[in-house]
Amino acid sequence: MRDTPLSNCDRLFLLKAIEEKKRLDGRQTYDYRNIKITFGTDYGCCIVELGKTRVLCQVSCELVPPKDSRPTEGIMFFNLELSPMASPAFEPNRQSELLVLLNRQLERCLRNSKCIDTESLCVVSGEKVWQIRVDIHVLNHDGNLMDAASIAAISALSHFRRPDVAIQGRDVTVGSYLLVDPCEREERVKDGLLVIAMNKHQEICSIQSSGGIMLLKDQVLRCSKIASIKVSEITELINKALENDKKIRKEGGKFGFAESMPKERITTLKRDKAPVEMTDVKETANDIVNRTETTTEVASVPSPVLVATGTAQVGEGIVNSWGLDEDEEDEPLTEDRKTDEVMIISDSEEEEVVILNEEAHFTTLLLRMRVYPDARRLTGTSSAFPTVERARP
Amino acid sequence: MMELDQSGSVLREYGSEQSLLSRPDGSSTFVQGDTSILAGVYGPAEVKVSKEIYDRATVEVLIQPKMGLPSVRERAREQCVRETCEAALLLTLHPRSSLTVILQVVHDDGSLLSCCLNAACMALMDAGLPMNHLFCGVTCAISKEGQITTDPTARQEKESRALLTFALDSVERNVLMSSTTGSFSVHELQQCIAVSQKASEQIFQFYRDSVKRRYSKIQ
Repeated sequence: MRDTPLSNCDRLFLLKAIEEKKRLDGRQTYDYRNIKITFGTDYGCCIVELGKTRVLCQVSCELVPPKDSRPTEGIMFFNLELSPMASPAFEPNRQSELLVLLNRQLERCLRNSKCIDTESLCVVSGEKVWQIRVDIHVLNHDGNLMDAASIAAISALSHFRRPDVAIQGRDVTVGSYLLVDPCEREERVKDGLLVIAMNKHQEICSIQSSGGIMLLKDQVLRCSKIASIKVSEITELINKALENDKKIRKEGGKFGFAESMPKERITTLKRDKAPVEMTDVKETANDIVNRTETTTEVASVPSPVLVATGTAQVGEGIVNSWGLDEDEEDEPLTEDRKTDEVMIISDSEEEEVVILNEEAHFTTLLLRMRVYPDARRLTGTSSAFPTVERARP
Repeated sequence: MMELDQSGSVLREYGSEQSLLSRPDGSSTFVQGDTSILAGVYGPAEVKVSKEIYDRATVEVLIQPKMGLPSVRERAREQCVRETCEAALLLTLHPRSSLTVILQVVHDDGSLLSCCLNAACMALMDAGLPMNHLFCGVTCAISKEGQITTDPTARQEKESRALLTFALDSVERNVLMSSTTGSFSVHELQQCIAVSQKASEQIFQFYRDSVKRRYSKIQ
């Protein structure tokens, strides 16, 4: 399904609002939407909600032989997927431009910036290293996928095995007016995008500007300043979420997605463990089986009757309706003789009425075959169709 | 004859949330114990010409695994869910359109297919699509000793001799779909169906309660 385009009125309205420093959801220009990080029962699994944008991340690992060029380094693999659930415009298993862009940015931010010490993933040099696979599924697209994905990836990686992870955050801007954390509609009216990745020590890991906008020096500096503030806020949030999860796990409390489901909403409902009544199950089952068994006994399967070599008959009318004559069944029939006798009076493909001309009487045969002489020629032998031979000298 | 164990026949605690995603027309999450599925429904919407059916809507079901790309196992499950949805939905009301159900596995701890079915049904309800009847999924595991366990965990599934999943409709409690693995007798099959029918009553009651709760504020 194609995405619905943004109408001109909407576009103008949005731009006008941004000009007046107003945003659709009532935020200020530098405000982030609410961030919620939920960890699953598995290690290395989390769902990040950034406003209405929702991302699921799962980290898994595997022992693999290392790359020949880097025998002492582990392998990081990022797989971001735009699930068709996120937006009707996303098609399954298609490498869209947006997908490639997001994957590449995520890789640059997390792998190339060396935020994960890949050497610590080495088990035996040149033989076995850990391959860390990060699967990110976008569940709902409401703008700023990059931030949601990177927060999810970092949270899941820190939750996973606690390897050497330095936490990073990001910042996104719009057009000639600066907006932080754009929602989906704001993203559509953007002129360009500036993505800054920063670690918790406020060092810039990567900067990417896209969309072909020209930025002034002080604009970039201002963006990086905003980014540094946001990064420290997000880092704090991630740490808090991780600590919380750790505490609950230690105390043996309930955790996971089922627990984080909001209970007060009217759209949610929960049920406790409930027993299934199974008292008369056995009787019902026996009843049904007994009832069916009696019917199967009545209908006995008849044994096949061998009429002649190469034939068998099952079912009613044991007497051959094709008019087999026992005496003549083995007598070979020549092609020319047969063509004399057989007269096809119907060209119907389904059923053909073939009349065999004989001395005194006509026998009508109904053949469920396309053309009798052809079929005969295909099989080659006369014994394949012994039932239609009725020639008498 | 095998003995039925009363302690084995429980449904784990389950819950659901509807309309939790903003983009899809209908969405829901269904949680059975630790097993959790997120479902999103788009439709009735525009359909690709190659998939268009002139007298009814085209149903597509996609199951996204948590790790890696969808494989043959997901395809098989997709087919099970799709055929159940096709039986329940009134597709002729939306000719030449598409209905897409996307199921995202959030956590697998056994009874995944039944959880998929339940999540799909809740999402279809949320999308407000006209249906003949509702449907639910129940998984039964038969252990080596012949005990029947409903809604098994991943561990119970592994230890079981046979695993049966049924989709049941809400009106006649008839079997809409069945998917089985392992070996079992006719008696066991009938028992599992009977147990699933009993268990389905609870799930349908849950559907009813959640709808009642949801529309309780509307006078």
